[in-house]
Amino acid sequence: MSAPVVPLTDAPGSVARQKRSRAAKAPASKQPRQPVPHLGAILAFVLPFGTLFALFYLVPIGYAIYQSLLVIEREGTFGKATEVFGGLTQYILVFQNGPFWTSIGRVLTFGVVQVPIMLGLALLFALLLDSPLVRGKKFFRLAFFVPYAVPGVIAAIMWGYLYSPNLSPFSAVTENINFLSADLVLWAIANVVTWVFVGYNMLIIYSALLAIPTELYEAARLDGAGQVRIAWSVKIPLIMPAIILTAIFSIIGTLQLLAEPQVFRSFSSAVTSTFTPNLTVYSTSSIPNFNLAAAFSVVLALATFILSFTFLKFTQRKEVQ
Amino acid sequence: MSTSISTVTTPARRKRGSRTPQGVAPKAQRESPFARVSAMIVMGVFTLYFLVPIWWLLVAATKDRSQFNTTNPLWFADFSLFTNIGNLIAYRDGVYLKWMLNSALYAGLGAAIGTIIAGMCGYALAKYNFPGRELIFNVVLGGVLVPATALALPLFLIFSQISLTNTFWSVFLPSLVSPFGVYLARIYASASVPDELIEAARLDGAGEVRTFFTVSVRMMVPALITVFLFQFVAIWNNFFLPLIMLRDETLFSVTLGLYAWNSQVNQIPVLRDYVLIGALLSIIPLIIIFLLLQRFWQNGLSAGSVK
Repeated sequence: MSAPVVPLTDAPGSVARQKRSRAAKAPASKQPRQPVPHLGAILAFVLPFGTLFALFYLVPIGYAIYQSLLVIEREGTFGKATEVFGGLTQYILVFQNGPFWTSIGRVLTFGVVQVPIMLGLALLFALLLDSPLVRGKKFFRLAFFVPYAVPGVIAAIMWGYLYSPNLSPFSAVTENINFLSADLVLWAIANVVTWVFVGYNMLIIYSALLAIPTELYEAARLDGAGQVRIAWSVKIPLIMPAIILTAIFSIIGTLQLLAEPQVFRSFSSAVTSTFTPNLTVYSTSSIPNFNLAAAFSVVLALATFILSFTFLKFTQRKEVQ
Repeated sequence: MSTSISTVTTPARRKRGSRTPQGVAPKAQRESPFARVSAMIVMGVFTLYFLVPIWWLLVAATKDRSQFNTTNPLWFADFSLFTNIGNLIAYRDGVYLKWMLNSALYAGLGAAIGTIIAGMCGYALAKYNFPGRELIFNVVLGGVLVPATALALPLFLIFSQISLTNTFWSVFLPSLVSPFGVYLARIYASASVPDELIEAARLDGAGEVRTFFTVSVRMMVPALITVFLFQFVAIWNNFFLPLIMLRDETLFSVTLGLYAWNSQVNQIPVLRDYVLIGALLSIIPLIIIFLLLQRFWQNGLSAGSVK
């Protein structure tokens, strides 16, 4: 659980790291009797969050793992159902479940296309806002960010109407292209997600740009480097951590797609009950088959860890070079 | 990956002060008109992309049902917004208002309490040395990665054993926990609350907890407002947890309620009007709160992005 996180905590940089390594050498470990200073205050600060975190994060995760190891046994076809330990039985079912892996493949396709487009746009807008080319920055910043205030469910409902052939204000387009068809509905959902989150990611990247000291590219500017050159060679390398942060959050969000496709089910029959992994989990639990649903969500959580971790490692290695 | 943490201490503000006066004027002559025009065209086109759907929603909400399909969808016809709102509120004894109130409670109260406890925890992780500190921080950060369904489903099973499902608490209590809030509070506290200040308060004889609430909190205000806002949005937008926890319509959040109406539109066509008007009204509080607090959260965000 802590594994993918280690690089993140290293991120804040040298000052924090020095402090921490000093902390690691602190006497606490060698002289166990020495009391921790301000222990009472520390407990008062940490315990409220710690307790709730344990209750609503750690216990449910543990319970999900426990549930995923059980199977239901019946005495005869209509007999009483009892839960017994089944080892990895549920996980074997998960790996044999075609629709689940199809849905994983579907969100991966979605992510490979949608995340780069969304972050590319966010980066472009952030760089434009940070350049002298654009007037009215305050207006654009707000206008692009407004969709983030629209909940995913509401955004999906709204776009559902915008896509529909007879209600859409753009019926000239929607009468000819059926965005809600089996071929296109995934990309129709991708557009909703992009619409909501470009502005949010733009702001995170833009804040990172604002934190770059101007002197760092003042010299390049005096040498006659254009805005594009400065953006590419100076700004983008410096804000890479922010871009990686937005990428990781986007990867997590993609794997967890639920609200938008769930809403689209009432607009398009092409969105099935196993359209995304989380929808599969939800519909499995509504059967109800909680044990299999728990196994699905454990596998999904693991996939999320592995993907985020791989992405982090990959991008960090590139940065070192 | 290691932008120096010292940049955190001067979030965002620097630019507005220093770069604009010395930067823009001389540069403005140097950029080619072609680049400026293309940049403005890109920004203009995407402004339409981001705002037209909301404009359409606003226009649609002002229309009488008979005019919804027969008039220009992007311009006003007879202005019946207030009649529509009246109908929406009157529908089924004002259940929509109940949903808005529920959402305000789940998100407002939940984010307020959540921010305080995340702020305290982040502050302790930043300002005190104690065994297990890094372990706690790493475990909490790992929480950011856990899929919503992986938590909500087992929570449903646990809550159903103690008869807590389908109650206010089943949605409210889990919403209090914001791992990302702890992360942001820690980064911000270590950058913006000087150790000397805490020492000074100690010498004055103030207790640790009192020091936090009277001195340190002030330095952390931008970060705390950012945590509050983003947790508020996260709870307001949360869909899965209420979806599986709640059966009783009067406990619904506004997103769940509108979702439920939207999936019945085919059986009860009048609901389409209510869904559109309700959707418009449900985003107004968020837009207002973002506008009012933008000075704070734009500074706070830059702290989180530095890593």
